[in-house]
Amino acid sequence: MSTAPLRLVTEQDHGVRFPEISRVPAVESETQLRGLLASLSGVDAVGAEARAAKLATRSIKKSTKLAAIDLAISMVDLTTLEGADTPGRVGSLCAKALRPDPRDASVPAVAAVCVYPDLVAHARSVLGGASVAIAAVATAFPSGRASLNVKLLDVREAVAAGADEIDMVIDRGAFLSGRLGQVFDEIVAVKESCGRAHLKVILETGELVTYDNVRRASWLAMLGGADFIKTSTGKVPVAATTPVALVMLEAVRDFAESTGHLVGVKVAGGIRTSKDAIRYLVLVNETVGSSWLTPDRFRFGASSLLNDLLMQRLKQHRGAYVRPDEFSGD
Amino acid sequence: MSDDRLDVRKTYKLLINGAFPRSESGRSYEVTASSGDFLANVAQGSRKDVRDAVVAARAAQAKWWGATAYNRGQVIYRLAEMAESRRAELADHVASAEGVTRGVAEATVARSIDRIVWYAGWTDKIAQVFGGANPVAGPFFNFSLPVPSGVVAVVAPQDSSLEGFVDAVLAPVAVGNAVVALASERRPTPAVLLGEMTATSDFPAGVLNILTGLTGELTPTLASHEDIDGLDLEGAASQADELAASAAGSIKRVLRPRGPGSDPTSLRRLRAFVETSTVWHTIGQ
Amino acid sequence: MTEHHLANSHLGSLEYDPAPESAAIAHLQSSYGLFVDGVFTDASQHEQFVTLNPATEATLATVAQASVADVDRAVAAARRAYDTVWSTTTGAQRSKYLFRIARLIQERARELAVVETLDNGKPIRESRDIDIPLAAAHFFYYAGWADKLDHAGFGASPQPLGVAGQIIPWNFPLLMAAWKLAPALAAGNTCVLKPAETTPLTALILAEIFQQAELPPGVVNIVTGDGSVGAALVDHPDVDKIAFTGSTDVGRLIQQRVASSRKRLTLELGGKGANIVFEDAPIDEMIEGIIDGIFFNQGHVCCAGSRLLVQESVADEVLRRLIRRVEQLRVGDPMDKNTDVGAINSAAQLARIEELTSIGESEGATRYTSSCALPDKGYWFAPTVFADVSQSHRIAREEIFGPVLSVLTFRTPEEAVAKANNTKYGLACGVWSEKGSRALWVAERLRAGVIWANTYNRFDPTSPFGGVRESGFGREGGRHGLEAYLDV
Repeated sequence: MSTAPLRLVTEQDHGVRFPEISRVPAVESETQLRGLLASLSGVDAVGAEARAAKLATRSIKKSTKLAAIDLAISMVDLTTLEGADTPGRVGSLCAKALRPDPRDASVPAVAAVCVYPDLVAHARSVLGGASVAIAAVATAFPSGRASLNVKLLDVREAVAAGADEIDMVIDRGAFLSGRLGQVFDEIVAVKESCGRAHLKVILETGELVTYDNVRRASWLAMLGGADFIKTSTGKVPVAATTPVALVMLEAVRDFAESTGHLVGVKVAGGIRTSKDAIRYLVLVNETVGSSWLTPDRFRFGASSLLNDLLMQRLKQHRGAYVRPDEFSGD
Repeated sequence: MSDDRLDVRKTYKLLINGAFPRSESGRSYEVTASSGDFLANVAQGSRKDVRDAVVAARAAQAKWWGATAYNRGQVIYRLAEMAESRRAELADHVASAEGVTRGVAEATVARSIDRIVWYAGWTDKIAQVFGGANPVAGPFFNFSLPVPSGVVAVVAPQDSSLEGFVDAVLAPVAVGNAVVALASERRPTPAVLLGEMTATSDFPAGVLNILTGLTGELTPTLASHEDIDGLDLEGAASQADELAASAAGSIKRVLRPRGPGSDPTSLRRLRAFVETSTVWHTIGQ
Repeated sequence: MTEHHLANSHLGSLEYDPAPESAAIAHLQSSYGLFVDGVFTDASQHEQFVTLNPATEATLATVAQASVADVDRAVAAARRAYDTVWSTTTGAQRSKYLFRIARLIQERARELAVVETLDNGKPIRESRDIDIPLAAAHFFYYAGWADKLDHAGFGASPQPLGVAGQIIPWNFPLLMAAWKLAPALAAGNTCVLKPAETTPLTALILAEIFQQAELPPGVVNIVTGDGSVGAALVDHPDVDKIAFTGSTDVGRLIQQRVASSRKRLTLELGGKGANIVFEDAPIDEMIEGIIDGIFFNQGHVCCAGSRLLVQESVADEVLRRLIRRVEQLRVGDPMDKNTDVGAINSAAQLARIEELTSIGESEGATRYTSSCALPDKGYWFAPTVFADVSQSHRIAREEIFGPVLSVLTFRTPEEAVAKANNTKYGLACGVWSEKGSRALWVAERLRAGVIWANTYNRFDPTSPFGGVRESGFGREGGRHGLEAYLDV
């Protein structure tokens, strides 16, 4: 029983390879979209969780740890999404974002501040033209329960007020009930309303529940034009987990290999310690590699994480554990 | 140490959801040693304590059953370790509660601890002894698994304050149930002590809840409570018939009292609160 | 899409600083004696041999080489302990001894993990997360059986065999000791254990644990040395049972030598496991499963998935992803917590792997070897995959026992089963498919003692393990594992 010879593997195959000229397939019908998503390989939950757990045992020490901490700081979307948010609160958040540790100029600025749309203008007035981007959660965040017109208006106003990035939520109800075309069309429409602003699509994986759903929703969002796919709003009990991040990273990897289009990943919700952050960086390092080890393609949506990163950074330099009050509580 | 040192006396409380509250009713009752001397004021649990304990047990059961069998065994073995390190204290209580000599009490404690070890070893063997593959005629893989009934109420033996309690309570726990136990009315302190040990044995809160109080007052609530799946009436012999009838209201699994002296290697209690779940799966290319 | 202009995202560009575990945790002595009748003693001839760290070739310790007289002494001690103590010790008491041993293994887990990695060459992550916890778990599990033998399905009051001679390999030194000793002791036997010549150290620490547990003297005796020690044990007239894990060739010899005796025998031998991948397999987890299947413990695993049978329709894609993943494996210092693949256990084993892989090339298979850098000292072999392998190639038929995978293809489930079964071995196989019905269909037809579906190399004390055909007979683990040590 002879079989066709297997293709010999070349040097180039060792990393994640993608065509330099990107080409994302045009989605023309819900049937086509459904077929495309159905053709994706399933995810075995036991295996995915085992892989994530194994990577969590990586021991990151010394210079790697310092480099990882600084990289993580530069990837933070410093977030405040509370009903009690005020211009004052957002102002101090912006100051913290620009200079996380005012005593140490070698600490990088964070990637962005992430606020509700009505506070974008104030954030812009504080940040001016600084490198820290302004991200706004729009589209009736966090539930996404509003008409498309309301969602699009939400997006346009945020962009007009100076948002560089829009974090939208998908319609989980539509996704779970199989109205994939509706979810897709909404992403396309929001993308259009974003103009030059980058679009992060929040899948709310805690409500999608299965890894198969996470993989399919990731592809759906990428096909719809997402610049980033994001795990969670942080407003439901289950937020980012390492297996979910793994499945999303596999999705952006495979999408890049098949289309040449590199989509970023943002993990959000419940990431509070440097140890957590470094675990995610290990996942990135060993799943998608160098092209994603940058704030342009990987972000942490977090608030208290930043201070822990600063504490661990100082601890690495001082050789002793430091007290939390070394840093501002913003 | 001077002789005039005043004892620091202990308050005997309930065990509900990993915490040690007094009865919500604020009541207590006096427990005497077999000699008639005052032993302790013990919390006199109420219907509302039963209600709280059942809520805790229901929430804990899914977690307990969701843990690996290996892990459940480790937790129960840890209880044996804790009991071993407090053997003398347990023996004191058994001796005064049951009115037996110190030597008899020590032997009772030793058997009780070995019994805990016995149950620790059962957690990961239940499926192998009670379950199995069934050779159905057809292209199907068919297997049966033992699964716990859920929340089990145990009216603990009235006489055997520790050994009987261990047996009645750990059997349903070992197979994955959560338990609401009502300790012996006149001899409750050894059970309360054991409950305290579960707090240092990695028992998840709510897996084992221990109530003290008047048997006649609380058993009707246990028997009629619709969110209890199984009922062991060992310590309620005189009311067994009416309680069993009441338990029928929500189709509880009922274990009727047998009295002391049952075979220590019997699997009766292990089988009592286990259901069989059978899975069919097709086989084909 | 223009295949000519490909960009590449480099995997692992965030370099990890070395994260070595401390060798000082091992607390090794410079020399170790035999463990007979509860104490460490010199060998009668005062002979010793050296055990090396295969990752550095440095000497770890000298160990006593047992003589025939020493084996006789050990068997006598085991017999005495059986007659005078152990056969009258209740199941509940045996249970408590085994629980103690399990707890002591947990308490000394880190030390045991370090010693295992130093002596064997396996990555510290594996000895720490797999070997040692599983060894403790085996003692826990069988501790629970010792007082429940009546319920094990072998009738009322099943009786032990007597003195068990147990010979274990070097690939999972402590874990194999646990697999042998725990069920034997639970069932009421006494034991003479012979560790592998290249990896005696964790068994000797286990002997210290038996002392700490106050296990009665003679219940377990440990005799170290070369193959002559195993032969003396096999031939000893007062041994009631031989349990052997190792190569099929040695297993065959042992079976011949005990053929005319009353000795009971269980054998756990070699394998050439097929890992069968259907086109609907969950691809990312399947790739991990193939990697685990063959590169776990440097492929020094009798149940390794050393043959990959992949459905032709996905063969190229699977191979591409597989090789990308192989290239990512971190090969090197076994003591580094981030190492995935450690050292080959001995010079002899390395020579065997090198010989078979060069035969693979000369037979015409396409070789891919990881470009990882290998240390200068020690015994090393880079992870290797052979594509275009056919059923007749020696690398598809013979057990290599190293980090070498042979890839073959198939078209239909029947063909997959036929190819998988076309071997003299029958230890383990894997099936990868999202379709449960098909996985079970294939599993039913595979001639193997263990079949994993959508996973590979899973071990648990409750699960029986063992082979069919020339992979041996008898089971270790689970309720079935008791049978090997009971007179049933």
